[in-house]
Amino acid sequence: MTVSAPLREPEVVLRLAGITKRFGPLLANDGISLELRRGEVLALLGENGAGKTTLMNILFGHYVADAGHVEAFGRPLPPGSPRAALDAGIGMVHQHFTLAENLTVLDNVILGTEPLWRPWSDRAGGRRRLLDLASRFGLAVDPDRPVGSLSVGERQRVEILKALYRNARILILDEPTAVLTPQESLGLFATLGRLTADGLSVVFISHKLHEVLAGSQEVAVLRGGRLVARRRTTETTRAELAELMVGRPVTAPRALPLAPGEPVLALAGATVAAPAGPPALDAVDLTVRRHEILGIAGVSGNGQTALADLLSGVAELAAGRMVLLGSEIVAPSARELVRRGVARIPEDRHATGLVPGMAVWENLIAERYREPRFSRWGFQRRGGAMAHARALIARYDVRGPGPAAMTRLLSGGNMQKLILGRTLSERPSLIVASQPTRGLDIGAVTYVQEQLLEARAAGAAVVLISEDLDEILALSDHVAVMVRGRLSPPLPRAEATIQRLGLLMAGHWEEHGAIAQAGAAHAS
Amino acid sequence: MRLEPRASVPLTLGLLAPVGAVAAALAICAALVAWSGASIPRAYALLAEGALGSRLALTETLTRATPLILTGLAAAVAFRARFWNIGAEGQLYLGALVAAWLGGGLLDLPGWTLVPTVLIAGALAGSLLLAGPAVLKTRFGVDEVVTTLLLNFVVLLFVSMMLEGPMKDPMGMGWPQSAPVLPEAELPRLAERTRLHAGLILALLAAAAVWVMTARTVWGYEARAVGGNPRAAAFAGIPVAWVMVRTALISGALAGLAGAVEVTGLKGYLTLDLSPGFGYGGIVVAMLAQLHPAGAVAAAVFVAGIFVGSDAMSRGVAVPTYIADVIVAVSLICMLVATLLVRFRLRKG
Repeated sequence: MTVSAPLREPEVVLRLAGITKRFGPLLANDGISLELRRGEVLALLGENGAGKTTLMNILFGHYVADAGHVEAFGRPLPPGSPRAALDAGIGMVHQHFTLAENLTVLDNVILGTEPLWRPWSDRAGGRRRLLDLASRFGLAVDPDRPVGSLSVGERQRVEILKALYRNARILILDEPTAVLTPQESLGLFATLGRLTADGLSVVFISHKLHEVLAGSQEVAVLRGGRLVARRRTTETTRAELAELMVGRPVTAPRALPLAPGEPVLALAGATVAAPAGPPALDAVDLTVRRHEILGIAGVSGNGQTALADLLSGVAELAAGRMVLLGSEIVAPSARELVRRGVARIPEDRHATGLVPGMAVWENLIAERYREPRFSRWGFQRRGGAMAHARALIARYDVRGPGPAAMTRLLSGGNMQKLILGRTLSERPSLIVASQPTRGLDIGAVTYVQEQLLEARAAGAAVVLISEDLDEILALSDHVAVMVRGRLSPPLPRAEATIQRLGLLMAGHWEEHGAIAQAGAAHAS
Repeated sequence: MRLEPRASVPLTLGLLAPVGAVAAALAICAALVAWSGASIPRAYALLAEGALGSRLALTETLTRATPLILTGLAAAVAFRARFWNIGAEGQLYLGALVAAWLGGGLLDLPGWTLVPTVLIAGALAGSLLLAGPAVLKTRFGVDEVVTTLLLNFVVLLFVSMMLEGPMKDPMGMGWPQSAPVLPEAELPRLAERTRLHAGLILALLAAAAVWVMTARTVWGYEARAVGGNPRAAAFAGIPVAWVMVRTALISGALAGLAGAVEVTGLKGYLTLDLSPGFGYGGIVVAMLAQLHPAGAVAAAVFVAGIFVGSDAMSRGVAVPTYIADVIVAVSLICMLVATLLVRFRLRKG
């Protein structure tokens, strides 16, 4: 395996020694020392805020460490210079891609690699090299397609190719699977396998245990800015890593069986138009009852967002009916749904859930600021709102500088707790939760899931839209799958196996016209 | 050198930013003063004296600050909701036109009711002018920067047409100016033998009202939410389009009021040189004030003081008066840098 690697490369390609970085009172990295071996994937595991991204930003020269140094291929790396990191053969793929959407794949890859004084661009040579790299590592892309037309998974391939094109021998991937579907993640792991077989080395930042176990040779666990453990991946377990990462034993929540009650929400033929092309949500029927969680699975981009928007009152019902607790809602609006007891947990907490530049208390009353307890004669009742905020902060364990602080200062998990507190404290009859645990660390994930189960026990109906199949299967009473804007009939959880859901996701129920046939085909 | 975001911004830093920006601007402009051959300390001493050093200087500065406070508030209110009203100049002129028209004898109202009527009508005129761009933006997504900016020229040409035509003063010796407003339509003076008028009180009351509205009312809350994150505001059920239109109407009213106040308080009639760019100056005032209403008062007095003081400086040491424009412009740029430095920390290496 290692034969194809250049012989002069040492066994340890990257060495971090005693890296310490402080941001004001926060010790983001505390004396971290690490080695990356040639041809291996090192997983950097830790909760949000554990210091993973800071460490990699120091390595790549975005930040300068207060103490400690970095060695690449046996030579010290000058601090604070991304250029030096690139020249030393380190390539970074950020969580948020840095591609120009209006340029083609080829243009994006060769951008910045050619000398400025040359008046023409060697596109033919660039194309040859790109296609050569693409075929060598199985990263199929069309060099002439504009990046704007690529899927998220394809864009990530372009980012990796970009780094390889710049002769990277060490790749740093920051939360690479956060934006990928499960299928795309599998493709990424296959790519990493081919890269390391060729002698490249990879640092893989993640907080998802199963990915770390599936895709790495060594795991380094960070907690609170310190390196708390290093393990060979083959010699550790999911439970051990979870405990190391969180600092205490972790138990995943499970749904207790409950008899479903009266129907809370019913959709019949619900359709939401798309800006162009076929409808985003296409004649969907569904029913959720009290004490029931309906899990909606599916590959992202198949209409889940349209469904969530419709049930949140921010998308128009183009056709079909929506009945909430026995009364039809003709034009669902956010205010109307909130008034009728719908709790909405949006997919993107930063972009749609919260106003980061406003105080915590202001965000906590955002859905109900007109109610008499929060305003009178057009003036806000600050006392009432602050008391409400303090109560919610205590009850939902929102960690932060307090109710008057700017919301942007909170971590992702605490922002989600804020949204949960805002909606669940109103004892909703329906909860629409869209990717409620995406991007959260284990502690926060468990918390959010427990809250949903508690609401279910208290009599709420829950529509849980998630791309995390484990989550769907752990929480749901029934599971339905979205494909191209249509919703499969629901399966009881007992019958919803991963294989069966996979078949549904591939759209088999649609082609055969009925879920029974898909089930029968699978059973036979 | 690199920028790192600050986790939290200390209050003192936010207050010091405009002071530092102004100091930096004066330091930069000192080079220009020296270039024109004047002694820097003497020039700036004359500037300060000309702006604040005597009863007359002080009242002139405050008189000049009055419309700037109102246009500054107009910009601050709109910018807070991320509605970019660049058209305060046009709204000001339309407010002035309506005030001159109604106050010039068209309305015959008993004594004390004439002034409020004329002022309210001027504010409404500014408001209505901004209603168009606001509706176009919320309905069809038309960029309000373009529409409000271009409306300035439309209004100026319209005012010009009116002053050359139907509203031309028959006693005006042929000058394009309106007939003077009735004595009953004039705002009272605040001090003997000065030009300072009750418009300043109105402007200060407006600043207080805007402050209370922004910080304490449901309307202010909605506007800040829409300005902070329109998607989240819409998700929470805040009527984003209506909030924008409402905010625009308030902004336009403040600018229109500035025009009505200039006519009824200072000039007594309308000409095409009523405003030396008070509408655009309001944008500078709002930025210097970091959109805070109390800050708008201070920033308006500063900008007005620079303009008034630069006249004295020009007479004393022969620095051209457009140093005032340069100082104000450089202050704005310094303020933008200061805002950046408040949000981020400059690090070595």
